[in-house]
Amino acid sequence: MRYLTDRKRATGLGSAKTGTAHFWAMKVSSAALLVLVPLFVCTLGRVIGESHQDVIAHFARPGPALIVALTLIVGLEHFKSGAQVLIEDYVHGTAQKIWIIAVICMSYALMATGLFAIAKMAL
Amino acid sequence: MADVNRGNRPLSPHLSIYRPQLTSITSILTRITGNALLLGTILVIWWLLAAATSPAYFDMVNGFVTSWFGKLILLGSIWALWYHSLAGLRHLIWDNAIGLDVPTAEKLGWGVIIGSLLLSVITVVVL
Repeated sequence: MRYLTDRKRATGLGSAKTGTAHFWAMKVSSAALLVLVPLFVCTLGRVIGESHQDVIAHFARPGPALIVALTLIVGLEHFKSGAQVLIEDYVHGTAQKIWIIAVICMSYALMATGLFAIAKMAL
Repeated sequence: MADVNRGNRPLSPHLSIYRPQLTSITSILTRITGNALLLGTILVIWWLLAAATSPAYFDMVNGFVTSWFGKLILLGSIWALWYHSLAGLRHLIWDNAIGLDVPTAEKLGWGVIIGSLLLSVITVVVL
């Protein structure tokens, strides 16, 4: 028999009060991605498999560069939050914290790498 | 006291009990496709970085991307991207408490499956 009451055991385990912000951020980014994803597929599909010079010339134009940059920013922000929920559902305790930190760091690292590559070709 | 019957309570039926349904399959596929898109994202960013670095590095990465294995990842990513987009659209509709009854939800589910396959075929044919 434990000496904790139901009330004491539940204290601190409830909502962290950030669920609504998370939900809204996913909703905004998903609405943006509905526009960005078709543009991204079109602009990337046009040059994937082409020669190096064609790829550089393509991303030197503002349209393709901006579409890919925006899709990487919004997409990886969306991935970061979505993958966090996946981890929260299946991994618990210290491992959960480590995985969430790792996924968030990786998302920003990929975002920065993609933006660096686009900037170098565009400028 | 508080903990008289803790750990010995009946559990609600879970995955091993329920027959797979269209709604549950399309739901878990949304999660799987969304997270699996990481693979395609890494591939595309690696390819972009190579293009920005040097012609020799680009040739190496481009060779991998256009190999059968690279193309398989791209093809899977295209379908996952369209599937996840349409499933996300379905969630945006559901958020307004529209289409939550079983017949409509199942129709939307078939719409996501068939729509994603159609869009993938169009993407591969056109691009």
